[in-house]
Amino acid sequence: MSYQPIKFYQTGTFTVGNRLLEPEDRSVQANMRRTNSLNSGHRACQGCGEALGARYAIDAAMSATDNQLIAVNATGCLEVFSTPYPETSWQIPWIHSLFGNTAAVATGIAAALKIKAIKGGNDRVRVIAQGGDGGTTDIGFGCLSGMFERNDDVLYICYDNEGYMNTGVQRSSATPPAARTATTMAVGEQPGNVFGQGKNLPLIAMAHGIPYVATATVADLHDLEAKVTRAMQIHGARYIHIFVPCPLGWGSASNDTIRLARLAKETGLFPVFEAEHGEVTAVSKIRRPLPVDDYLKLQRRFAHLFGARPRTDVIARIQAQADRNIRKYQLLQEAPQ
Amino acid sequence: MMRKPFAITLDPGSSLANHTGNWRTERPVYLDRLPPCNHACPAGENIQAWLFHAESGNYEAAWRQLVEDNPLPAVMGRVCYHPCETACNRGQLDSAVGINSVERFLGDQAIRNGWKLAPSAPATGKHVLVVGAGPSGLSAAYHLVRLGHRVTIHEAGPYAGGMMRFGIPKYRLPREVLDAEVQRILDLGVELKLNTRVDKILDSMHAGNFDATFLAVGAHIAKRAFIPAGASAKILDAVQVLRSMEGEGKPMLGRRVVVYGGGNTAIDVARTAKRLGASEAIIVYRRTREKMPAHDFEVEEALQEGVMIKWLSTIKQAGESTLTVEKMRLDESGFPQPTGEFETLEADSLVLALGQDVDLSLLEGVAGLAVADGVVQVGANMMTGYAGIFAGGDMVPAERTVTVAVGHGKKAARYIDAWLRGTDYAPLPKHELAGFDKLNPWYYADAPHTVQPVLDMVRRQSTFDEVQGGLDETNALFEARRCLSCGNCFECDNCYGVCPDNAVIKHGPGNRFSINYDYCKGCGLCAAECPCGAIRMDAEEN
Amino acid sequence: MLKQTEGSRAVAEAVALCRPEVICAYPISPQTHIVEALGEQVKSGALVNCEFINVESEFAAMSVAIGASAAGARAYTATASQGLLFMAEAVFNAAGLGLPIVMTVANRAIGAPINIWNDHTDAMSQRDCGWIQLFAENNQEALDLHIQAFRLAEELSVPVMVCMDGFILTHAYERVDMPTQEQVDTYLPPYAPRQILDPAEPVSIGAMVGPEAFMEVRYLAHAKQMQAIELIPGYAEEFRGVFGRDSGGLIHTYRADDAETIVVALGSVLGTVKDTVDEMRERGISIGVLGIACFRPWPLLAVRAVLAGAKRVVVLEKSLAVGLGGIVSANVETSLAANTCELYAVIAGLGGRPITRASLHRVFGEAIAGKLAHLSFLDLDHTIVDRVLAREQQTRRSGPIAEAVLRDIAAVSGLRAKDQT
Repeated sequence: MSYQPIKFYQTGTFTVGNRLLEPEDRSVQANMRRTNSLNSGHRACQGCGEALGARYAIDAAMSATDNQLIAVNATGCLEVFSTPYPETSWQIPWIHSLFGNTAAVATGIAAALKIKAIKGGNDRVRVIAQGGDGGTTDIGFGCLSGMFERNDDVLYICYDNEGYMNTGVQRSSATPPAARTATTMAVGEQPGNVFGQGKNLPLIAMAHGIPYVATATVADLHDLEAKVTRAMQIHGARYIHIFVPCPLGWGSASNDTIRLARLAKETGLFPVFEAEHGEVTAVSKIRRPLPVDDYLKLQRRFAHLFGARPRTDVIARIQAQADRNIRKYQLLQEAPQ
Repeated sequence: MMRKPFAITLDPGSSLANHTGNWRTERPVYLDRLPPCNHACPAGENIQAWLFHAESGNYEAAWRQLVEDNPLPAVMGRVCYHPCETACNRGQLDSAVGINSVERFLGDQAIRNGWKLAPSAPATGKHVLVVGAGPSGLSAAYHLVRLGHRVTIHEAGPYAGGMMRFGIPKYRLPREVLDAEVQRILDLGVELKLNTRVDKILDSMHAGNFDATFLAVGAHIAKRAFIPAGASAKILDAVQVLRSMEGEGKPMLGRRVVVYGGGNTAIDVARTAKRLGASEAIIVYRRTREKMPAHDFEVEEALQEGVMIKWLSTIKQAGESTLTVEKMRLDESGFPQPTGEFETLEADSLVLALGQDVDLSLLEGVAGLAVADGVVQVGANMMTGYAGIFAGGDMVPAERTVTVAVGHGKKAARYIDAWLRGTDYAPLPKHELAGFDKLNPWYYADAPHTVQPVLDMVRRQSTFDEVQGGLDETNALFEARRCLSCGNCFECDNCYGVCPDNAVIKHGPGNRFSINYDYCKGCGLCAAECPCGAIRMDAEEN
Repeated sequence: MLKQTEGSRAVAEAVALCRPEVICAYPISPQTHIVEALGEQVKSGALVNCEFINVESEFAAMSVAIGASAAGARAYTATASQGLLFMAEAVFNAAGLGLPIVMTVANRAIGAPINIWNDHTDAMSQRDCGWIQLFAENNQEALDLHIQAFRLAEELSVPVMVCMDGFILTHAYERVDMPTQEQVDTYLPPYAPRQILDPAEPVSIGAMVGPEAFMEVRYLAHAKQMQAIELIPGYAEEFRGVFGRDSGGLIHTYRADDAETIVVALGSVLGTVKDTVDEMRERGISIGVLGIACFRPWPLLAVRAVLAGAKRVVVLEKSLAVGLGGIVSANVETSLAANTCELYAVIAGLGGRPITRASLHRVFGEAIAGKLAHLSFLDLDHTIVDRVLAREQQTRRSGPIAEAVLRDIAAVSGLRAKDQT
């Protein structure tokens, strides 16, 4: 775990704020003067996990850098819903260039800032690049890997909603097996997405040996903020992969967004950890172990696994993935002494 | 200023012009729901509210909130059977919040620190007679005096406290605690006349020119059962035994004491007998442990102290040093039926703990008064059939506990106040109940119930020292912070944080939150992620 | 200072004198020597206050330049051929965002078939991307144009592409007059960005623009290039004032004032064309040259003015709009207006095919004689193409012949193709 959890102050560090905590132990989001980097009036769907995750992350980064921050945004939902002419929701210097070049644009900004600092300009400005899973794991992968390899001073944040939601819910390389998308329909013998080998971006990022890699979800704000804050304390290439449920693409209730993120972590399907220089340094333990069914059943994209003839074989394969994560990352709490 | 390229480059935060509130089909609404503890409290305490103050370590504020409803927290913190804890939603997570122990902690803090009660309303010039200085009478007197009325209590006995003194053993309620809390009420200006028995209520009212009366004489007459007994058999009743514990001469019960009955009083007597030196204290009860009216924790403590219990037994005959007991069995409907099997018990004395009746003699000649099942009937406003005479506590139909009695006192005081002012007292409509299903328990940190320190077993078998230890400040705070604040915002900031549209406005400490309906899209995340169920989604009109 | 040097190194030195702050590079022939030289300058400390970034692709190169420029840095990169195509999306984006990036394109053919030699297909493929495109005739102009390019780009907030013929210029050693730092500093003020990513004054750059404003955005991009037409001659004039020589501008003319025949071309081939024209002039032929120095924006009126008196125009161009013909000639045609002269498009030098004076003599002669087709291909080997075309007339099946034959057999026997495997 990336932060020192408060053992018991009614809600401890689970809730956004806590009147019983010292102010420095409260989250950025609890602050009445948080920056709201992504302002009201954006056009994200109801209950959008990405809108939430982006504000969580960028506000935390703003707080960590004393508001000296520039963000680059890949094409995708976040970009489209935040900046349709004539209005933008961003309150920070922000640029959108293309779908696949976000990491490289950020490299350019970082380079410019470095020279400006040498020339006596503001030497505190930092750069964040952000995009969805499509812009990160697929089309933007080359630029991202290049940025990692050069160890450019950029924090790249991927908001992973497991598909191309902006274009109408198509499969990306982050789409989980068996999930229905517009390009992996729930028809035929093996409905939904194939069981591929997966493309685990956090692990790929770690393979670059970059100083900092972390995963987080919108269900654990304190963890997310601690990771962004930690990332902003480090120079060089950094990567945070944030799990952001998508009510539209997943066919889930708009008020289940955080619950689903929580279930993804609690089932072991989405391991939450951090790594430095290629080595895992901390994992967030599962608090209430649950079967994957609890997570899958809330989403219409997995509805074909249940119904009249449940696909227990497929569910078992998904459970096996979760179990593998639990083993690999040692996600279960040790039994109390 | 930059020369911004048209349309491509935009001014920051300008999306505020886009009011997304018109997407909404449901709107979040903040509300207060009734916490189960408050709902269950016979004394009508706002438990959650005083726990709220205790959570931040502000014990005096907590105590002041507490005594708004109950002037006897140190007593209640010891003797209440805490239905609040039975109802507590936290019981479904790990174990109920130790409300009772926190209450006791606050009550003890008040005594230790000498916190004083203060009258809160200007004097009305009305004078109310309270008959009986038990929990109900004291509670009524307290509330009436705070409402601005003059109050005189007529107490037949030599001390105030009623059953708190004469029915509850010292090891459960140390007398200095009781005395301190009674004194605090008297300090408000309540006049207490001891050894003042009211024989005819109407006479007393006229004589004192009282404007209203609250009767709270309790139930002090022990019920008897017919048991054939030899002349030398020593048979006592529980009231007698417990009352004599307060006097000079302790009851002589002998080495082997049998108590007959299954209520809390039977347990009290058996435990008292143990402390008086009995080598055997045996409770004889005609049904099973499950059917026993006594509270299970008291039974447990008694068993730990060496009290024995004979289940499914009735006493058929009492001799000089033996009792004949018949074994019983439960029929299909759970009633005990005789089996014809007998056995003999050695006993130096037999104490009957079969319940108490009310002495209603003071009511003779009062017109319109209704009595049924040996208790006085009262309306919803606690008034008897005789205008101006109200009644509460053990002498009216209700569960006979200190807590119920204190609640009666408060309730009666409010109606008496209204009656005296010629107005109607209308209680506020109750909020809907904050059941466990309304909570999102994920957010509450895991925390086990604080185990109250329990006095060393040997020590408590031989002395009348208090059995249950109190919480110290650390664990009282911990215990208070186990409260889930069911149904009422405790400012955890979750709604403020989880809104993807920044449509929740935070007003700062103590001022809660509101929804900015210009931007709220009605996703419902705030309601779903509210730990305590203080937000409801309502359908939008059209 | 006069020096004998390779074209690439000359350009690199000129770029360095422009005090670039971010240079990003991905290697592709024939651009490599430029960025190698710049990398060396940065590494050695000769060029200070500059980040030299080795990126993983041309797409990244242009993207890094976009980021750097948006953050207020003077950004430069260089590419060619496939590289230009690989970065095409970002090339359009840089123009759309109005970022004054300067890029050298070492012109080269585009595959398939892969070919590393010079023609203009790469630059022409991006002619409508919104960048200003300048074409250098020789190495002196190549280096001079870079200095002007930064000035122009930053004044208008528009990216500028300096095109120089791959190998022919980039790898040619010529004598150039290398300006001093003082001269360049006099001519080129520090970059004052029109828009910048700055926490002190946040903006959102790169909004999504819908039908309600997209036309206007595109119109404004066009208007900006029209402004460039106004400004470019002035910058060339100013350049002469500081550096003492003619370079850049919209067009160059050579013996064109009274010419009945005007040859239009761009890039290094102009040298050969001029030599040929000189020889033809000696023979009394009324022929002149119009060199296009600025291809985008298209100097419509300047070209029209030069061609107004011509009886025939021969456009010699190193690119082919497959299925149409000449690209430059199509542009020239827009300048002719009421002029009813003959217009000949001559596609020449594709993939590095040498353009010889002999061939030019022949083709200009044919044009003057009225024997030239309106679209022709200089030195095309008709024997080869005729033979191939004849063979393909007979077998039109796509794909390898053997497989197609098998498929035919399967269809006849009633088996599905799937069962064959």
